[in-house]
Amino acid sequence: MKTELTTKKELDHVFTVRDVSVSYGDFTAVKNVSMDMFKNNITAFIGPSGCGKSTLIRSFNRMNDLIPNAAVNGEINYQGINLYDEEVDPVQVRRRIGMVFQKPNPFPKSIRENITFGLKVNNMTDNLDDRVEKALTQAALWDEVKNDLDKNALDLSGGQQQRLCIARTIAVEPDTILMDEPCSALDPVATKKIEDLMQILVKDFSILIVTHNMQQASRVSNYCAFFTTKATDDGRRTGELVEYSDTKTMFTNPSESLTEEYISGRFG
Amino acid sequence: MYKNLNLTKTKTKPLESFVKFFIKFSAFAAILISIAIVFTLLTEAINFFQDPEVTIREYFTATRWTPTFKNPVYGVLPLISSTLYIALIACIISFPLGLFSAIYLSEFATRNTRKVIKPIMEILAGVPTVVFGYFALNWITPNIVQRFIPGSGVFNAISAGIAVGIMIIPTIASISDDALNAVPKSLRMGSLALGSTRRITALKIMLPAALSGIIASFILGFSRAIGETMIVTIAGGQYPELNLDPRKAMYTITSSIVNVSLGDTPHGTTAYNALFALGITLFIMTFVLNIFSDYIARKYRKEYEQ
Amino acid sequence: MNSNSVFTETKKERQLKELAFLSILYFCVTVAIVTLMTLIFDVISTGYSRLFNDYELGLISKVTIDNPRDFLTSLDSRDPLKAGIGPAFAGTVWLMIIVIFATFPLGAGAAIYLQEFAPKNKLTRFIELNLTNLAGVPSVIYGLMGLAVFVRLAGFGRSVLSGGLTLTLLILPVVIVASREALKAVPDTIRQGALALGSTKFQAIFRQVVPSAIPGMVTGMVLGLSRAIGETAPLIFMGALTYVNYYPDTPLSGFTAIPIQVYNWIGYPQAEWKDTSSAGIILLLGLLLSMNALALIIRNKFEKDW
Repeated sequence: MKTELTTKKELDHVFTVRDVSVSYGDFTAVKNVSMDMFKNNITAFIGPSGCGKSTLIRSFNRMNDLIPNAAVNGEINYQGINLYDEEVDPVQVRRRIGMVFQKPNPFPKSIRENITFGLKVNNMTDNLDDRVEKALTQAALWDEVKNDLDKNALDLSGGQQQRLCIARTIAVEPDTILMDEPCSALDPVATKKIEDLMQILVKDFSILIVTHNMQQASRVSNYCAFFTTKATDDGRRTGELVEYSDTKTMFTNPSESLTEEYISGRFG
Repeated sequence: MYKNLNLTKTKTKPLESFVKFFIKFSAFAAILISIAIVFTLLTEAINFFQDPEVTIREYFTATRWTPTFKNPVYGVLPLISSTLYIALIACIISFPLGLFSAIYLSEFATRNTRKVIKPIMEILAGVPTVVFGYFALNWITPNIVQRFIPGSGVFNAISAGIAVGIMIIPTIASISDDALNAVPKSLRMGSLALGSTRRITALKIMLPAALSGIIASFILGFSRAIGETMIVTIAGGQYPELNLDPRKAMYTITSSIVNVSLGDTPHGTTAYNALFALGITLFIMTFVLNIFSDYIARKYRKEYEQ
Repeated sequence: MNSNSVFTETKKERQLKELAFLSILYFCVTVAIVTLMTLIFDVISTGYSRLFNDYELGLISKVTIDNPRDFLTSLDSRDPLKAGIGPAFAGTVWLMIIVIFATFPLGAGAAIYLQEFAPKNKLTRFIELNLTNLAGVPSVIYGLMGLAVFVRLAGFGRSVLSGGLTLTLLILPVVIVASREALKAVPDTIRQGALALGSTKFQAIFRQVVPSAIPGMVTGMVLGLSRAIGETAPLIFMGALTYVNYYPDTPLSGFTAIPIQVYNWIGYPQAEWKDTSSAGIILLLGLLLSMNALALIIRNKFEKDW
């Protein structure tokens, strides 16, 4: 496998990934991934379903720890610290690396409590109201909800719920936000709002987004990683990184034929 | 270049440790309760059999249970036969009624009918057994048993059996209903698509497919009937000798436990220890049935898990 | 051959068979419902006058109780027309309070541990197996265990505390299972959402998952409680049947309870006692039905559409 990076060397590295494989028991979901991700950029993971892109992103904030027999091999360095070092506390990792999920998952509580929960568990309880307002404003939701902060979050529309989830994520001031297909449950209008929001957020945060939608990847991302599945000897399918480059190159002049076929819609 | 990055672990708060300990302890309470039950029953029962007044041989062969008489006889046989007899009557009542109710609920009833019948079944299941006992003695005996079966006494096995049977209908209906609902819908659709009627689908396709769950419900119902106490104590009477005439009073294990404990039985007396001998006899009978029922139920769950 | 007969069967014949089958099903469901109705009607028609109206009886010209509520507040009596359920009612309230305070932390704690924290190993499976089996142990056995453990070993004597703790152990398996279901109903995305914000597992569970599951847990608790207050057999060993005609004032007081009082009255042969026991049953059923209604209201009000 070849990964060619046409990047400027002086960019800060957020993640440095070396030979990473993620497996569940004796099943390897994705293997031998090596790549670097950069600060204040949007990096998109694309590829057919089952290629391990969601599995991989979940190992970046150690959400995979929650699956009993999941194992991560290789090295995932975050700003120079190996995330799977014995000394590292997954709870601290998740605080610094926020995550937005496929389906909006607000807590069944008020809008305000959705934001304050993360602040409270992280002991960021000074100026709570200001922090709530700032987070909601950053997530482009403040104007819509400022008058009913005590309304139950489940009463919001799907798109608003997802922006609330983004708001509560950025409220705890992470450095990086992982987004696992954040728009797959939303309609096109709500999707557009989230995509616009990402362009604003990228000034303050580094963003990783998993998407099955190639148009979305080409619209929002600066860098793009293409994964696919390959059958292993025992007949099961394992994900692999095929190509990783800046988005423009990936979509206009891919170096791998597999990538070209996928992008042009000939498979996947 | 970056903000200070500190990802090392923080200390656990003492309250958190205490709560974690407490909930773990609560879960282990299940084991403690089991141990307490087996241990107390066993130790007192051993005392009973070590008593010079009784022998194990007498316990299992004598045909009379008269612990409070001047010359007490401790024979468990009439108690076991009464217990099984009344449980059998209860099964004859509850098996068909419970099973057919379940078939109706899962195969024929509309959503709205289910919504009405299910709560009624739940209420029936929640009626205290002392109330069923009252009903058996004051309603079933005079209005059904004594009217249609001549020679029936005020206390008789039939009334008690009928009332116990009614009590376990909801158990059988709800577990069988679950078993029938666990059968994949495609099986029913397939059968109907082949042109079979709903009756044939229910009886020839669904019933065999859910059989293990249904059998599990029967065994559990039987176990409930054996352990039922108040109904048989109130309506079943206290005839302490072997009796196979259901029109007459009988004396189950449970009602003899109640009656012995009502008498003057200070700790350490033979009669007090006899309570626990009866207790462990009852416990073993229901335990074996429950394990068996659970084993069969597990099997059917596995069959349709995927 | 067999399949041939299906085709040669006339349409009319087939419809008749379907109808007959459906009639059998209707009949079986109806039996359970009609029995419940008969029971309630019989109890109310015998007991309502004792509970609500001036009391009139053929034998004695006319006895009027000034205030119908006297039944609820009067002491028990040797005279069926004066006997009230006051001390028994108070005993039941005492039992409820003890059961609530003991069951909620233990039941919720065990459920949270087993559902959220317990590793999937042999020990956990053993605890679960224990719980399944405990749910099938006859209540009279719990009474014997309570007699040995709480009355004698712990030295609580034949008191309302011993009674309440025995009932707690009796309903604990049911409450744990119901609370686990409530926790299971909280979607995993809530746990992940909380963890992704940098909360510890403990914070995620106790601040997000458990609060969402509280209504379901309370519903299970109320249903368990309603089962506990209808229980008679285990309380007999706690001395609840000896003539108790005073209000319990400490947890170590002797006591009686509504079902026990009813059982006591059922045992008297004179016909007037039948009305008194029916009145007691009306009260008991009323209490249980309102608790079931409460559980239903909580379930409907807080049911979330995730």
